[in-house]
Formats: sequence, structure tokens, C-alpha cells
Amino acid sequence: MVTGHGRVEHTLRVWLPVGFFLVLALLPFYWMAIASLKPNSELYSASVNSLIVYHPTLKHYADLLSETGFLLWSWNTMLVSVVATAISLVLGVMLAYPLARMRFAGAGLIAMTVAAIYLVPQPLLFLPLADVINRLGLGNTLTSVMLTYPTMLVPFSAWLLLGYFKTVPKELEEAARIDGASRLQTMRRIFLPLCTPGFISAGIFAFTLSQNEFLYALIFLTKTSVRTVPVGVIAELIRGDVFYWGQLMAGALLGSIPVALIYSFFVEHYVAGLTSGSVKA
Amino acid sequence: MTIRSEPLIGVARPARRRPASLAAWLDRESVFSWLMMALPLLFLAALVGYPFCYGILLSLMNRPVAQPGTFVGLQNFITDFHDPVFWRVAVNTFVYTGVATLLKMVGGLCLALAMNQNFRMKNIVRALLLLPFIVPTVLSTVAWMWMLDPAFSVVNRLLIGLGMPRPGPSWLGNPTLAMISIIVINTWRGLPFYGITLLAGLQTVPPELYEAATIDGASGWQRFRYVTLPLLQPIILIVTLFSVIFTFADFQLVYVLTHGGPQNATQLFATYAFDIGMGAGQLGLGASVALMMLPALALLIVALTLYMRRSG
Repeated sequence: MVTGHGRVEHTLRVWLPVGFFLVLALLPFYWMAIASLKPNSELYSASVNSLIVYHPTLKHYADLLSETGFLLWSWNTMLVSVVATAISLVLGVMLAYPLARMRFAGAGLIAMTVAAIYLVPQPLLFLPLADVINRLGLGNTLTSVMLTYPTMLVPFSAWLLLGYFKTVPKELEEAARIDGASRLQTMRRIFLPLCTPGFISAGIFAFTLSQNEFLYALIFLTKTSVRTVPVGVIAELIRGDVFYWGQLMAGALLGSIPVALIYSFFVEHYVAGLTSGSVKA
Repeated sequence: MTIRSEPLIGVARPARRRPASLAAWLDRESVFSWLMMALPLLFLAALVGYPFCYGILLSLMNRPVAQPGTFVGLQNFITDFHDPVFWRVAVNTFVYTGVATLLKMVGGLCLALAMNQNFRMKNIVRALLLLPFIVPTVLSTVAWMWMLDPAFSVVNRLLIGLGMPRPGPSWLGNPTLAMISIIVINTWRGLPFYGITLLAGLQTVPPELYEAATIDGASGWQRFRYVTLPLLQPIILIVTLFSVIFTFADFQLVYVLTHGGPQNATQLFATYAFDIGMGAGQLGLGASVALMMLPALALLIVALTLYMRRSG
């Protein structure tokens, strides 16, 4: 029995709070987008209404792509994210499968250690790690970040996959074992194909975290040619006290697109991964 | 008869015995497990375990960058304790973590309750609300930097429009306002994580409980206080521990927005360790500052790990 009055009340009760949170979440992105489209005369004018773009232009995007290394940084970021994600998924499975399925002495301890390593934040490790990377001669190579990103992504993927693996029924594996398949065959041919949703969740997270990473990239990558987007934008579009606001906003927007795209395709997997760890409790 | 008695199997067996026993050995659960985990465990030992121990060693050394170090015992930690900036950093980090976590907890709960209603386009709204959390922090912080820019701040234009005298507050130039700014931006970024996780928790509360409470005459607030909150408590605890760990050790937001300034007003452990270790090139002293995070972090990490094991 929805009367006209009830419907208005319902709409208000839903959309007042939800609308508030939506505006809060999206306003900075709106700001980023319109600033990237404004000509400098409008960007730095105090007299015009700053909520609207009067003369939209793509000049900042053109400048960003032609005058800076942005395309190269994007390529570097993508390459590093894909490699780091792949390494993390492979090593993560190698940790998670035995922990989820096998009984052996020390399994509990290893599981706890993996969880604890996942929670160790980078600022605790970056100084000694910088020294290690330098001694290995990996400074200013993409290899340095391809190797160091998985230090946080492997325990994370392992933890997420461990939770997922435990929800997969064991019967198929047991049947394969009875038919004489080795443990490795059972895992590769029977078990892993069942776990695609888990891999997608872990993969999106690893990819997103790789795109977001800043501290290791800032320390290990100091040449333009090897920089990633976050470091390139901060280090090269802010020169001393001079902020290239238009290009900064264009770079921030373009740099967010890969993550946003992947996320929009797999948002359900993302939410499932986000909530699996805590809701299981 | 003679053909039948040919010992076919007897001939085949000795030839197969060794591979078969190797296969059997490999098939043992413990052997298979440790062989499978060897590579990832070695990887983590080399790039997490070793740097961690090496960091402790570094903190006991005077080690200028690109020079050999000398062992100085606890001298770096004594230097830290006599450094007024260090204490400022400690207070900043606790204030930043405490206030931001509280805001995220309360705001996230409100967000979850707002989203836990029936309305159209809910999935799209949820996806949009999560955007601050998934967009690379550095890039969204740049947008905030522009919104708080001393000369062109949109926030100030709005405030002046509302009647505040020009030129409006200097968000990143005033020590207190700078701290408020980094707390607000950290909250803005972390709120969706809280909200969406708590929403998932809310959806697991059986509706019968609310119906029973309503029949017993419970008001909306009472239903929230005595049904919702107790059931959400484990999730709130886990999300909070997660959030506290990563807020406590935050680096990128502050590095980009204020570099720890003005006058170290927003300097946190991570950014200060970076300034000393990378900026001033004092690896040993920097490592000692970073290690000062360890007691609090270790406590939180152990608590969360134990809690996840108990409930997982």
C-alpha cells in the first residue's frame, strides 16, 4: 500500500543520505574532470563560476601526451602491474593450495605467518629494501618493482585464495585421486579450473594495488624512462613551486582509467573479495 | 598353460619400483605441500624476512647512503628520543590514526545503513561509492590538492560565497588545518571500504530478528542498538584493525599533499623516516624511526592475525 505521500517519504529517506554520500565520493572526480578541460584563462580566473566549464579544451591532454612521458609511464605501469599480478597469483596458489587442502605439521604456523606478512606495511621495510635493490644493481629498472610489489601481493593473494579454496567441494578431487591422478595433476586439471572466480577477485585486487603503489616506485624509479604514472605525475608535473594544474588533472584522470575500467567490469568480484575476509567471521 | 604362466607382472614390477616409490614419496601430503610452498616461501624470506632483519641491523648503525656503516648500538634510538620532531611525529601519527579511524567507523556505519534499504540502481550506486577507494591514492590526492590550493581553492570560494572574509583559510599552510585536511582526505578514501564491508555484514543479519524485536515493541534505535550492533561487532573489529594498521603507517597521502609540513605539523612516522633515510641519506637513523612503528604495529598485527584465525 504505497500512497503518494509514502512514496515521497520513502524517496527522501533513501536518497537524502545516499545522495549525500554519492556527492561526497564523486565531487573530487568531478573537479578533476572539469579542471582538466578548462583553458588556463578560466582555470586561474577568480571572476568566473568555477563549477562550470565555459570553453572546454583538450589542450591539457594534448600537452600531457606530447610534452611529458605520460604514455611511457602508462605503459610502464601497465607492464609492471600485469607482471606483478601474474607472479602474485602463481606464488599465491602455490601457498594457498597446500594450506587449504593438505594436512601437514606446521600448516597453521605458515598460514599465520602469511597473514602477518600481508599486514606488514611497506614503510617498515622500504629503507632496507632500497639498500638490497641497490646492491642487486636493480635501481632504475622495472624489475625492481616487479619483484617488490609481490612482497605484499603474494601474501594477500594467498590469503584471499585460501578463503576461496576452502569453499570448493572436495569430491571431484577425491574422485580424481581414486582414478590414480597424482596430487599435482589433481590440482592443475581438476581443482584450479574450478577456482576462476577466486582468481578474478585476487587478480583485480593485485592489479589495483599495483596501480596504486607509490612508495617503492618513488624510491626505486628516479629516471623518467622507467617511472610509473603516480610517481611521474608527482615528480614531473610539479616542478618546484610550479604546478601544471591542467596537466596534473588530465594525468590524474587518465591514470585512473585502467583501474576504473577493470573495476567496472568485475565490480561484483571486487566486492566479493573485499568482504570475504571480514564477513566470514 | 605355459603361456598363461608367463610371469608378465613379475617382470614389469622391478623395473617400475623406483619411479613408483618416488611418485609415492611425492604423493605424501607433507612432501607435496613443502615442495609446492618452497618457492613462495623462499621469495618471502628473501624480500620480506631478510629486509626486515637487515632493517633492525641498519637501525643499530651509522650508515650514510653509499658509504659503509659503523655499528653504534642504540645511539640512533637515543637520538630519536632527544629529537623534538620525533615526539611531534609520534603525536601526529596517533592523532591522525585515531581521529580518521573514528570518522571512518561512524561514517561507514551510516553509509552502510543508508545503503541497506531497498531502492533502484543500488548496484550502480554501490560501485560509484567505492570509487574513492579504488582510484590510485596519489591521483585522487592531486585532485584534493587543487581543491585546497591557496589561490584557487574551490572550498574557499564556496566559503567566501557563504560570507566568510577573504582570502579564506589556508588549508595546507596552517598547522591545524593541514592536519584536518589529511584526516578528511584519508577518511574520504577509506570510508567506502568500511561502508561496503559493513553493508555486506548487515545483509547477513536474519530479518526474523528484526521482526521479533519489532513484535517485542523495540524502537528503531533499540533494534539498531541491541540487534544490529552486536551482530556487526566482529566485522567492525576486523575492519577497524585493518584500517588502523594501514592508517598508522600511511605515507603517500601525506607525502603528496603536505610533505609533512607546515613545520612538521603533518609529519608521520613513515614520511619522517623517508625524509631522514632518503632525503638526508641517513639510512640507519631513518630505519630507527621506521622501527619505532613496530611495537604498536606488532601488537595490532598479532591481534588481527589471531582474531582472523579464531573466526576464520
